[in-house]
Amino acid sequence: MSDLHLPRTAVIDERIQESPTIFTLRLRFEDAAAQEVFEFAPGQFNMVTHFAAGEIPISIVNDPKDSHYFDHTIRVVGRVSEAMSNLQPGDRVGIRGPFGRGWPVADAAGRDVLLVTGGLGCAPLVSVIRFLMKRRNQFGHLHILQGVKHSNDLIWREQYDTWAREPDVNVLLAADVVTREWHGQQGMVTELIGQLNLRHGRTIAMLCGPEMMMLAAIANLRDLGIADHQIWFSMERNMQCGIGQCGHCQIGAKYVCRDGPVFCYSELADLMGAKGF
Amino acid sequence: MQQSAKIERQPGFLPRADFQRLLDGVVKSGYQLLGPVVKDGAIQLMEVSDARQLVKGLTNEQQPGHYRLQQTAGERLFDWNHGPQGLKPLCFAPHEVLWVEQKDPLSFTTRLPDLKPTAVLGVRGCDLAALAIQDRHFLHAAGADPHYRQRREQLLLIGIDCAHSAESCFCASTGDGPSVNQGVDIGLSELDDGFLVWSGSDQGEAVLQQIDLAAAQTQQLEQMARQSEQAAQEQQRKLPSAEELMRLYQRLEHAHWQQIAERCLGCGNCTAVCPTCFCYDTHHEVSLDGLSAQNVRQWDSCFSASHSSMGGFKVRGDILSRYRQWLTHKLAGWQEQQGRIGCTGCGRCITWCPVGIDLTKESDAILWEGSLDE
Repeated sequence: MSDLHLPRTAVIDERIQESPTIFTLRLRFEDAAAQEVFEFAPGQFNMVTHFAAGEIPISIVNDPKDSHYFDHTIRVVGRVSEAMSNLQPGDRVGIRGPFGRGWPVADAAGRDVLLVTGGLGCAPLVSVIRFLMKRRNQFGHLHILQGVKHSNDLIWREQYDTWAREPDVNVLLAADVVTREWHGQQGMVTELIGQLNLRHGRTIAMLCGPEMMMLAAIANLRDLGIADHQIWFSMERNMQCGIGQCGHCQIGAKYVCRDGPVFCYSELADLMGAKGF
Repeated sequence: MQQSAKIERQPGFLPRADFQRLLDGVVKSGYQLLGPVVKDGAIQLMEVSDARQLVKGLTNEQQPGHYRLQQTAGERLFDWNHGPQGLKPLCFAPHEVLWVEQKDPLSFTTRLPDLKPTAVLGVRGCDLAALAIQDRHFLHAAGADPHYRQRREQLLLIGIDCAHSAESCFCASTGDGPSVNQGVDIGLSELDDGFLVWSGSDQGEAVLQQIDLAAAQTQQLEQMARQSEQAAQEQQRKLPSAEELMRLYQRLEHAHWQQIAERCLGCGNCTAVCPTCFCYDTHHEVSLDGLSAQNVRQWDSCFSASHSSMGGFKVRGDILSRYRQWLTHKLAGWQEQQGRIGCTGCGRCITWCPVGIDLTKESDAILWEGSLDE
């Protein structure tokens, strides 16, 4: 029997410093056969282990078609991610995964997609934006909305500019606190939703960020007539085992690590925003 | 469920004076035998080989926040109900190494438990039902747990019908007792003069083939049925129906949650003694030379502060939300996850709660008191 608790070793081929606290590790399994069969979908995650420090859930951000490697973009927020920030090419980590359910890219085919991100390091949504950009002819109009607290926080600035130049793509940026160089808007990312001309019945929404921001976005989208089953978002909870077993990440009867982390609003509507769930 | 179990039973009779023969049969079949003994003032499972090591003539007083053993005038071996633990620690170890890692070069190796086949004497209906629930949790197809499986497959379960219920028992209302009705390898029902004995599996049958059992008399079978009925009738507590319990999710803002939170110490005793609670934590223990580490799994509790922790933020920062998480999951969320409630009526969470919080009364209050009915 395969042991889903047991990590497999992966080698760091490349390390990219994205911002002072955010870095990307490009990895491949040491066992070439394991790398060969490794398949994932945007929105899925791996449990990444650093020797002796511990294990944390991290989104896979590269394209699923990249069969020779996989990328994890990590923000330093705690003890384990800080230890990982010191890793260099040639170093090894442990990997379990991929786990969970990713974004509904099949449902999104032929539709307009609204992508709303609040805050930093929202890797789950970046993975799906990249996925959609690479397959432009399969999807309709893309609305990319990104909000940050301070305008200096935005990473991948050039990437947003590149996306904005593509046909049928609009990119709107918002920051609560702005500097003079900021060319986006000042305010909350959710305020941008009202400025959009969304096509009813054609638009599917994908959200990632703090729950309060997502709740506000969901309220706006429902006001605009977007159906509950067309509103999707990535949830964050204390995920440890990745297989719906250790119990920490439950929201009601759902295991975020196994049934999510991407959920449809109609699946979680009853408990979304309820304190303590 | 009791009815069908009785139809399936084809017991033989083992006189009280010959009970040692059952123990000998188990040991000769290659099992180490865990049986009920008194330790720290409570019934606990310890390795035994001689029937004289077993508790005799003992009953238990179990009430909210109260557990006492009492001597009876009788000779019976199983007139008590249970101690603080069911079968959970035997399959889902309270503390175990899942894997070890070497630093240079980095490598990971599964560490599986090395166990002898183990027979457990005196397993109750509630605990067998709880084991079936844990089996579904740890052995479901997507995440079959090799550590749990290794322990589980070593077990030979010798069940016993409860002839009496403790005050905190309510297994009749969950359909899981008081007689044993699923998952036994060998079943027992204790009568005044001996035991009705039947096999429930090939492994159990192999053990019983070594023992000469007398034919069971009709009046003995009647006494077996009567005892179970009586034990069920003794129960004063009951849970609302599964359907009613689903409505707990509609009453998350009920004032009674706060009333419970003011009594609850958040100690986690209820989750530690619950035979179905499955939450666990893993952590790394590093060797002194820093060259290797082991990944250790340890029981966790939704009452612990770290259970819902994400970075610095706790989803459940107070006792109210932790108790509500436990109760709504146990009695409602579990139904969606496993098709039944996560409670088998053993009543341990009532007995071992230091302040005597009673989930049957609390769920009644939340469902039927106040004005939040939809």
